[in-house]
Amino acid sequence: MSTAEKTEKAEKTEKTERLSVFKTYKLYVGGKFPRSESGRVYEVSDSKGNWLANAPQSSRKDARDAVVAARKAFGGWAGATAYNRGQVLYRVAEMLEGRREQFVREVADAEGLSRPKAAAVVDAAVDRWVWYAGWTDKIAQVIGGANPVAGPYFNLSSPEPTGVVAVLAPQQSSFLGLVSVVAPVIATGNTAVVIASEKAPLPALSLGEVLATSDVPGGVVNVLSGRTAEIAAPLAAHQDVNAIDLAGADEALARELEIAAADNLKRVLRPQGVDYFETPGIDRMTAFLETKTVWHPTGSLGASGSSY
Amino acid sequence: MPTTAPTAHALSDVTASDSTLSRFLHGLPGVDAVGLEARAASLGTRSIKTTAKAYAIDLAISMVDLTTLEGADTPGKVRALGAKAVHPDPTDRTTPTTAAVCVYPDMVAVAKEAVAGSGVKVASVATAFPAGRAALDVKLADVRDAVAAGADEIDMVIDRGAFLAGKYLKVYDEIVAVKEACGTSARLKVIFETGELSTYDNIRRASWVGMLAGADFIKTSTGKVAVNATPANTLLMLEAVRDFRAQTGTQVGVKPAGGIRTTKDAIKFLVLVNETAGEDWLDNHWFRFGASSLLNDLLMQRQKLATGRYSGPDYVTVD
Repeated sequence: MSTAEKTEKAEKTEKTERLSVFKTYKLYVGGKFPRSESGRVYEVSDSKGNWLANAPQSSRKDARDAVVAARKAFGGWAGATAYNRGQVLYRVAEMLEGRREQFVREVADAEGLSRPKAAAVVDAAVDRWVWYAGWTDKIAQVIGGANPVAGPYFNLSSPEPTGVVAVLAPQQSSFLGLVSVVAPVIATGNTAVVIASEKAPLPALSLGEVLATSDVPGGVVNVLSGRTAEIAAPLAAHQDVNAIDLAGADEALARELEIAAADNLKRVLRPQGVDYFETPGIDRMTAFLETKTVWHPTGSLGASGSSY
Repeated sequence: MPTTAPTAHALSDVTASDSTLSRFLHGLPGVDAVGLEARAASLGTRSIKTTAKAYAIDLAISMVDLTTLEGADTPGKVRALGAKAVHPDPTDRTTPTTAAVCVYPDMVAVAKEAVAGSGVKVASVATAFPAGRAALDVKLADVRDAVAAGADEIDMVIDRGAFLAGKYLKVYDEIVAVKEACGTSARLKVIFETGELSTYDNIRRASWVGMLAGADFIKTSTGKVAVNATPANTLLMLEAVRDFRAQTGTQVGVKPAGGIRTTKDAIKFLVLVNETAGEDWLDNHWFRFGASSLLNDLLMQRQKLATGRYSGPDYVTVD
């Protein structure tokens, strides 16, 4: 063999023998990427049954830790200005756009879609972040207001976030559905503990990486993967969770969780048939808002009475 | 069980002079830092579940010295703390009371009134806490003040400056003087501020100085510096009290303070106690936690065990 031939052969071997780099999917809790406390994983396969990756199988302790992280983040996030929250949500859209290729691939694998269809899903998800980013500083005008009262007072109603919201992401629409239920929760200042689609958790776990790099404070969104029923039960009964979105629960599970949630009077959003491609409306935002009404003297009371 | 000054016959010559004390302390075996930390870490991996956990939580609650040591302490806050010590969880009267409330000397009278009749003790820090940088007379006056106000326990700080300068006898004499000022009515806890002693060897030496001088308790820290109670330095002090009892027959208590915030941490400390000093110390007469936020976590865990649901900070008091 000549030297030239040898080099060529060596190059060839080098190319074929490059080790594949598999991604370790991890949870996203409190701005960090831990494995499940239980050490468990489960196999995730694509729509044809081919193995894609191992995803962490969260336990109830992971759920508890996520609630602690969400509670810790709540004060800062709810206290941030609506304008600031809008900027942060827009930043998520920006980061997502940069990772478009990755998400198109993951969504195509997860949901068995063709590439163009998966691309349409990702585009819609990016647009969904932008849409909710625009709503952060407008929702108060729409559902709050100055109420007419018979007296020298201002009477103002303003929406306030509910607190920590447990979100069961839709099982079928693993990415657009996920974004469509998470964005409205955090847009108004709540923090979220999200249970990803059980069969297709990978886009949700990758979204955690996007959130971590887009100015969303750690703990505002926490993403858990695993058996939905196993993780949802302790969250529904958790005394420090203020609301639960049952989008990803089937009828039997939803019923059971709603009963558990009644104990500390959680707000419950029942599962409903939604076409996630449609413009969402503000229902998902108002579902997790409370109205605070304050009375304030107008200050225009003189000796001669009200100037009203 | 003896709670008064040690009858350390075997060790009586040790404190005869600065040089004998120094020779004794430096003759103590050196601490294997890596081994100590590894031992503390491995004991921290024990899994305590179900009924054992329930027992540990109740024991830990009964060992808490509920503490408020802020410049902003008001009589109202101390009264609230006292109420919490007596009924840590007002919704569940089977919850044990805490061991004591720990306050500054001028708040002792208020605290005493707040816990009257409940069996909860009132501990007071004294001796120019937390720095301890004052003349001995001032420190003793501080102690007498607290005792006169009715304190059941006095938490003194040692003179770390003298200790680090090698003047062990000065530290020793000061503890003896404070112990005397406590009289028979108050038990004395001696705070070493382990975070300022730099080395494990120093912590071991300080423990022995304290015990020789008649401490009823040795306590890790004030809670006012960066490094407070750690499993390793508490393990070291538990070894010291174990060895001291073996040599002299006198039992001395241990109190880790500062930085213990979760039930998990507290249970780790209890495992250390059981495995190092032994069951005799698993009692609030001999082991305490100096903490404030720990109690809330213990109560939340207790509620979780009772109801099966995770509890939240909305269901315990904000202190």
